Amino acid sequence: MIKLTDIRKAYHQGQHNELWALNGIDLAIEANKVTALSGPSGSGKSTLLTLIGCMARPTSGRVQLGERDISGLPERFLTDIRRKTFGFVFQQFNLIAGLSARDNVMLPAYPLGGDWRVLHERADALLDSLKLGQRRHARVEWLSGGEQQRVAIARALINDPQVVIADEPTANLDTALSREFMAILESLKQQGKTIILTSHDPLVVESSVVDRVVHLRDGHLVEGGR
Amino acid sequence: MKTWIARQKALIDFTLSSLARRKLKNLGLLLVYTVIVFLLASVMLYTHALRHEAAQVLKNSPEVIVQRMVAGRHDLIPPGYLEKLGRIRGVQNKEGRLWGYFYDNVVSANYTLMAPSPEEHGFGRVADGTIVIGAAVARERGLVPGNLISFRSYTGKLFVFTVAAVLPHEAELVSADLLLLSEADFRAFFEISAGYYNDIALSVANPQEVRNIAGKISETLPDARIILREEVLRTYESIFNWREGIVLVLLSGSILAFTIFAWEKASGLSAEEKREIGILKAIGWETGDVLKMKLWEGALVSLTAFLLGYVVAYFHVFHFSAALFEPVLKGWSVLYPRFELVPVVDGFQIATLFFFTVFPYTVATIVPIWRAAITDPDAVMRG
Repeated sequence: MIKLTDIRKAYHQGQHNELWALNGIDLAIEANKVTALSGPSGSGKSTLLTLIGCMARPTSGRVQLGERDISGLPERFLTDIRRKTFGFVFQQFNLIAGLSARDNVMLPAYPLGGDWRVLHERADALLDSLKLGQRRHARVEWLSGGEQQRVAIARALINDPQVVIADEPTANLDTALSREFMAILESLKQQGKTIILTSHDPLVVESSVVDRVVHLRDGHLVEGGR
Repeated sequence: MKTWIARQKALIDFTLSSLARRKLKNLGLLLVYTVIVFLLASVMLYTHALRHEAAQVLKNSPEVIVQRMVAGRHDLIPPGYLEKLGRIRGVQNKEGRLWGYFYDNVVSANYTLMAPSPEEHGFGRVADGTIVIGAAVARERGLVPGNLISFRSYTGKLFVFTVAAVLPHEAELVSADLLLLSEADFRAFFEISAGYYNDIALSVANPQEVRNIAGKISETLPDARIILREEVLRTYESIFNWREGIVLVLLSGSILAFTIFAWEKASGLSAEEKREIGILKAIGWETGDVLKMKLWEGALVSLTAFLLGYVVAYFHVFHFSAALFEPVLKGWSVLYPRFELVPVVDGFQIATLFFFTVFPYTVATIVPIWRAAITDPDAVMRG
């Protein structure tokens, strides 16, 4: 479904602090599977995730979504693909403080201009399915870590994306909440979503929910994945 | 189109909930903003309405007034002048007028005394021994029709008059301090002999010819001072402009303070706001969506302030007689007229006020956001 060919990514290119985060990645990610990108800090996991999720463009190489080469598209088109195809769950959850759980969930749908009532119903249904129905009007900063993450998951799903991208999803969760997250992941997989995540948490990479683990180090893929 | 409307609705909804997060700060801003618009709009509405009122009043005033000057001072018109003016071609009507000022010790106020022609005030001829008084005089002296009032003239003689009527409240702007008496009483009170007048009012057949006729009058009567209605109008205009200017200068300090405050508030982007813009971009908002949202924010705050300020100013001016600025804008007097201005709203004035209040704020909101909104969406992931 997603194919990366000889992907290289540099930050501050041409400057004294030039950094090559990715050095020639070739990778194919299958649809309807859970793929984990694993590796130590600075290995390039998150950078790879941003390229897959159309948040940034590679310095060189090709990113294909289905049959379409998306690596050279201008920002407007990338944004369009991003909001229709991908849902994001960030490490720090990145919720907007002061807004209710439901308002946060609906945020990615605002620029699409869909029917107002339908959007509210969808947000409520998602919050219900994640056992947050009672907390929909609560401000997100009043929620616990686990609840905040579930709001972030609901937000990632509001535009019904094919692919869910999660960056270090269990980094801020205890074991019980991490297991809860993996259970949610499994149900998403059963719904037919493609899931790509980064993690170096054994609870994630060793979980049976994860179909494939890709190891990275210093911007290269390394042997030893499964 | 439907999608566009739904999108704007969603953006406005988000903007409102976003503004509600900093309720106190935003309400404070809205309040100060509203007060500024209110002050500016009050001054503009008030002076505009006064100018309009003055123009309406002067519309019915004579086109030409002729006064006589002696040693550079206004003097009485002697007998014979009226006839001489009547012979000038183009003069349609001529009327000798009697008027003067009288200081009343009781209320420490100056009155204007006139012996009007019957059609001038709608009361017919004022009978000898009676007097028609302005509403402010009636208020100050506690008079109603039928009461007696006495004045000691400049020569020391006592005159007693019966109040025949009080001039209507609607005419108060021009008649607050007015006393109308019969010609005989007027001449007796000020000891002005028959045939003498204070000035002469002329109307001309062709308004285009006013200046030519004025030229002919100064040839016929070299000691005459000629006052044209258009000059009076111009003088009023500049007096109101001057007063408006004074108030605006006084206000300029607070306006400047607000401008700095608003610019600071609108243009300064906190780290939290920058982070939020990053999040919005990461979850699929385009740069344009972020800008539109902020545009709505600026527009909602400034438009609300503008509408509130303008409506409150309207009531302040037209229902509460601009109580805040009355002394400065109306001029100095002991007998202040009590009057309600006829609401006059000038579209150009609204547009000017709108442009100078709503537009700068909205722009100040947009500019810094533009810089933040063009950051890469992956900044959130990296941060």
